[in-house]
Amino acid sequence: MSLYKRIIPCLDVANGRVVKGTKFINIVDAGDPVEVAKRYDQEGADEIAFLDITATHEARKTIIETVEKVACEVFIPLTVGGGVSNYSDVLNLLSAGADKVAINSAAVANPNLINQVTDKIGRQCIVAAIDVKQNKNNSNWTVYTHGGRNSTEIDAFQWAKELCDRGAGEILLTSMDRDGTKKGFDLDLLNLISSAVSIPVIASGGAGTLEHLRDAVVVGKADAVLAASIFHYSIYSIQEAKEYMRKHGVLVRI
Amino acid sequence: MADIAIIDYGMGNVHSVCKALNKVLDKNSTVKITNSLNDLSDCSHIVFPGQGAASECMINIDKNLDIVEFKKIISQKPFLGICMGLQVLMTHSEENEGSNCLNILDGKVLSIKRKMNSNLKVPHMGWNKVKQESKHPLWGNIPNGAFFYFVHSYFVKPLDKSNVLSTTNYDLDFASALYKDNIAAVQFHPEKSSKMGLRLLENFINWNGEI
Repeated sequence: MSLYKRIIPCLDVANGRVVKGTKFINIVDAGDPVEVAKRYDQEGADEIAFLDITATHEARKTIIETVEKVACEVFIPLTVGGGVSNYSDVLNLLSAGADKVAINSAAVANPNLINQVTDKIGRQCIVAAIDVKQNKNNSNWTVYTHGGRNSTEIDAFQWAKELCDRGAGEILLTSMDRDGTKKGFDLDLLNLISSAVSIPVIASGGAGTLEHLRDAVVVGKADAVLAASIFHYSIYSIQEAKEYMRKHGVLVRI
Repeated sequence: MADIAIIDYGMGNVHSVCKALNKVLDKNSTVKITNSLNDLSDCSHIVFPGQGAASECMINIDKNLDIVEFKKIISQKPFLGICMGLQVLMTHSEENEGSNCLNILDGKVLSIKRKMNSNLKVPHMGWNKVKQESKHPLWGNIPNGAFFYFVHSYFVKPLDKSNVLSTTNYDLDFASALYKDNIAAVQFHPEKSSKMGLRLLENFINWNGEI
C-alpha cells in the first residue's frame, strides 16, 4: 500500500504577514500567519508551506519570528522556503520550528549544500525545490533559479536524480509554464520526475480545480500537491479537496 | 501536575516536542530540556525524542549520560520515546554498520528499504493510520485507526508480541508503538500530529506509569 497523499497549502509571507496577489494584482494583506495556519490545520491540511517573499536581507529576520510564532500554535509539519542560501539559514529556520526547509537556487549554485545539510541533520529536513520550464525545441524541461528569473543549462530529470542522490528528502516540483494559469499540473513532467527519484515528489503550479489535484497524484504519480490560490481565495476548502479525492479513489487523511 | 524532562542529547528536534507539551500542560506543570541525570531523577515524566542514526544516538547518550544509571532512572517513571527514542530502546539496530542499543525492549531495528517492497518511497514520510493493538492510557479519547505523522527509514521488530502497542501498514504491518511497564514509545511524531498528537501527549502527562 502506498502512503496517504498529502495536501499542502502554500502561504506567501512578507514582513510577518500572509500576503496574496499575482504579478497582475497588487499584493494585499491576507492575515496573521498564525491564524491562517491554524485555520488550515483545522480544515485538515496535512502540512503547511511558507514561502518567504521578502526581498531585503534585513526584513528576512522576520520570517524566523513568524516561524517561531506559528510553531508554538500549529502542530503539523511546517516547510519554509524562499531565499535560503546556506547552512546557517537552514539551521536557523529549523531551530525556529520549521520541520523542513526548501532549498532552490542555493542548491544550483552549490550542490554540496544538500549533502552538507542532510549528512548532518538527516534527509527528512530538506525539500529540494525545482522550478522548470519546458523547452520549445526538444520537449525536455530546463531548471530555472531566482524565482524563475534566471535560466540554467540544467536538465530537470538529471537534476532531480542528482538532488535525490545527494540526500534531499523530497522534491518540490514547480512548472513555471503552468504556475498561476489554473490549467492543471503538468502531468508529463510529474510522471517523468516521479519515475526518476525514490523520494516523494510534491506537485506545484497550475492547480485550478479539484480534478487537477486528483490528476496530479493519479496520473502524475505525485505524492503530495501544493496549492496556493484555490485555497486562499476560498474557491475550495481543504476538506472539499480531500473529500473529492477520496471519492475518486485517492487515499487521503480525513 | 507534572514536571517533565525532555532528554536532549544534542541531536533531537527537542524544541517542537517542547512546544507541543507546553500547549497541553496545565499551569502548575513544568517542562525542561536537559541531559543531566539529576534532572531526570527529579522529574515526574521523561520524554525522549530523537532524529538521526541509532549509532550516533547511542554515542551521544554514552557521552552525555551514564547508561547504567540512565536505564535505572527510566525504569522508574512514565517514559515516552519518540521516533529514534523508540528505536534506541531495542536490542540492536542495523542502521549504518549496525549498532547495539539500550536493550530495554527485546528486538531489532530494521531498514524499511531492505524489508519491504523496493518501489516504496523511503523515508516513510507522511500521515498514516495507527491501529491500537493493546489497551493503554495513552490511547484515551483517541479513535482506533487515527492518523499520526511519520518520518522514518527504519522500523522496530520486537521479539515479544505482547510489547506491541500499535501497528501501522506500509506495504507490511510494522509496530508503530511499543510498551512495557512504565515505558511507552512511538515511531510517529505526536508533536506534529495535530489534534490527536496533542491528545496523546496530554494522555502521557496524565499517566502515572501504570497500565
